[in-house]
Amino acid sequence: MTDLINRRDILKLAGMGGAVFVTGTTVRAGWISQKSNDSFYFVQLSDTHWGFSGTNINPDSQGTLKKAVAAVNGLDEQPDFVVFTGDLTQTTDDRKVRRDRMAEFRDIVSQLKVKTVRFMPGEHDASLDRGEAYQEFFGDLHYTFDHKGIHFIALDNVSDPTAAVGEKQLQWLQADLKQIRNDARVVLLTHRPLFDLAPEWDWATRDGAAVIDTLLQHANMTVLYGHIHQEHHHMTGHIAHHAAKSLMWALPEPGSVPKKAQIPWNPSEPYKGLGFRNIEEQVVTGRYKIEEFPVQGGK
Amino acid sequence: MNKKRMVTHALLAAVAAGFLMELVVTRSTAQDMQSKEQVVRISASTFEFKPSEITLKKGVPVTLEFISQDHHHGFRLPEFHLQADIPPGVVQKVRFVPDKTGKFAFFCDVFCGDGHEDMSGILTVIE
Repeated sequence: MTDLINRRDILKLAGMGGAVFVTGTTVRAGWISQKSNDSFYFVQLSDTHWGFSGTNINPDSQGTLKKAVAAVNGLDEQPDFVVFTGDLTQTTDDRKVRRDRMAEFRDIVSQLKVKTVRFMPGEHDASLDRGEAYQEFFGDLHYTFDHKGIHFIALDNVSDPTAAVGEKQLQWLQADLKQIRNDARVVLLTHRPLFDLAPEWDWATRDGAAVIDTLLQHANMTVLYGHIHQEHHHMTGHIAHHAAKSLMWALPEPGSVPKKAQIPWNPSEPYKGLGFRNIEEQVVTGRYKIEEFPVQGGK
Repeated sequence: MNKKRMVTHALLAAVAAGFLMELVVTRSTAQDMQSKEQVVRISASTFEFKPSEITLKKGVPVTLEFISQDHHHGFRLPEFHLQADIPPGVVQKVRFVPDKTGKFAFFCDVFCGDGHEDMSGILTVIE
């Protein structure tokens, strides 16, 4: 069974004409079962922060998302679906501006050839109004779906501004997981890290430990998230947590500087800190092989 | 009163005096501690704590009194395992005894807007 991700696609995303970049995650999933022999991949994009402006941080803030959409559309083999793991828009106190940004974001990503696009909220989208505007544009704050034998769970740890999943949603998660076998393949999508990566930088989920305790009961569980604007890999027991890069700005490694701050744009190294990664599921071992691809080009 | 009874009374009196003295000392220490306890009032608003730099003495109890001027904010001081939500209109009190010296960061842990990540401060504990 061929289960290698299409390297040409990745390289194409990473270096289209030296002028296009995309950040995010391409996930190749495959498995062998008695009933089916199928494989697929999907693209994860995260932290697009549509509406952000700051020329010293990203002078291409108006173009980055559009280029990412074009790059995904340029893939020879289209992914089965695309998922945005939160912070679609930059936060604002203004209810109208919030909705304007969401409408603009939705219009831009509607240009994706892939018609199955999944959304999730980040705290920038949903914390100030507990997800009211987000739900108007993108639907439920948490949900599940199944795709070719893999169970996906989108978990909301942002619409409560205290960065909690909450008891009600935790019960929903536990009830959902009870319906599937303990060895079922599960990918949990969320925005914040579920573990205490750097609470002093707001890189944690207040009741994330309870969520992880629940997830640990399943043997084939993987977590994909955003929020921290960089590649990061962490294990809690047998569960791998993989963070995706941002499509707007990069952030420093946790604890590497006294105070978290956006990494300024470096004209001599445009898009530094942004990149592209591919997660490939190893069919035999059930593990993921992760490769990083540098961002190419610039303006 | 025979001699034996006099001794007994004297001993009881001594014990009672000692007990009373201990009570007085205990009460005095508590009162001293009470009088030494610091109260620091901290205003939370988008996107700052005022004051954002606080100096305390090690071993002296302190009560931090938070009040939000606008949104729901939070206070988290990881080094002392302290956390409090600060909803608008409510004085939120956090009492603790600093048991170590140094500089410790505290921050808002309830997302409150575009400048949320800048909402932080420094607690300095001195000998």
